[in-house]
Amino acid sequence: MVAFRIHQYQVVGRALPTESDNHPKIYRMKLWATNEVRAKSKFWYFLRKLKKVKKSNGQMLAINEIFEKNPTKIDNYGIWLRYQSRTGYHNMYKEYRDTTLNGAVEQMYNEMASRHRVRFPCIQIIKTATIPAKLCKRESTKQFHNSKIKFRWCSRRLGHHLGS
Amino acid sequence: MPFKRFVEIGRVALVNYGNDYGKLVVIVDVIDQNRALVDAPDMVRSQMNFKRLSLTDLKIDIKRVPKKKELLAAMEAADVKKKWENSSWGRKLIVQKRRASLNDFDRFKIMLAKIKKAGLVRQELAKLKKTAS
Repeated sequence: MVAFRIHQYQVVGRALPTESDNHPKIYRMKLWATNEVRAKSKFWYFLRKLKKVKKSNGQMLAINEIFEKNPTKIDNYGIWLRYQSRTGYHNMYKEYRDTTLNGAVEQMYNEMASRHRVRFPCIQIIKTATIPAKLCKRESTKQFHNSKIKFRWCSRRLGHHLGS
Repeated sequence: MPFKRFVEIGRVALVNYGNDYGKLVVIVDVIDQNRALVDAPDMVRSQMNFKRLSLTDLKIDIKRVPKKKELLAAMEAADVKKKWENSSWGRKLIVQKRRASLNDFDRFKIMLAKIKKAGLVRQELAKLKKTAS
């Protein structure tokens, strides 16, 4: 499970300065990737689609990992995504309950893979946001909005010290 | 027998898998159907899968996601540690731990004690048989 840890990166880059444009505009993007190398690559991928700049005539100014501010707080995360299915592109909005945004994004990738057979490269995250409980749309997240939550849990005691 | 050990806020659980094996933790909030936010006096608040927890009979009175201080105070008020060590489950775990940490001399002493105890029991049994017959 630790192998496919998704991190959030802030990537900042711009086109290389030329004689005609000494101070090209600087662009910043927040991405999810498993490591910094992939984050930089994804940054150029998106920037190419938005502006006329490529990695060969651009420069990376900064790449920083963004960490969760409050990993002990549970939030409802809404994720807007665009994914490629076998027949075309679709938009989707999904909700997840998790302590960290990276955890929610990881849940999203796993769920898209299992429910829709969509793999990591075919998903683009448009937007993420923490949603206050009142504005959640999905029943599966709303059912946990209960301050007196209580349910049964029957578990078999597995063999002691499993995996240790 | 009605169901008693619910997953609820304030439920004390025993971790039965992983790094925190054997610790008593309190369920502080429920993330989703598989995970809970779990807290204990000596650990950072973290999420844990329910599969890693064994629910106990103990429950403390806390609101959803209490501050660490409130949690500690509630655990003191409910005297979780003492109640756990006096419960049959808790006592069994203590005995198991003690048995696992014995050295050879201790095991020798236990062997002698067992032999002595068995001898006394057999004496009493013989007396009872005599009076019965």
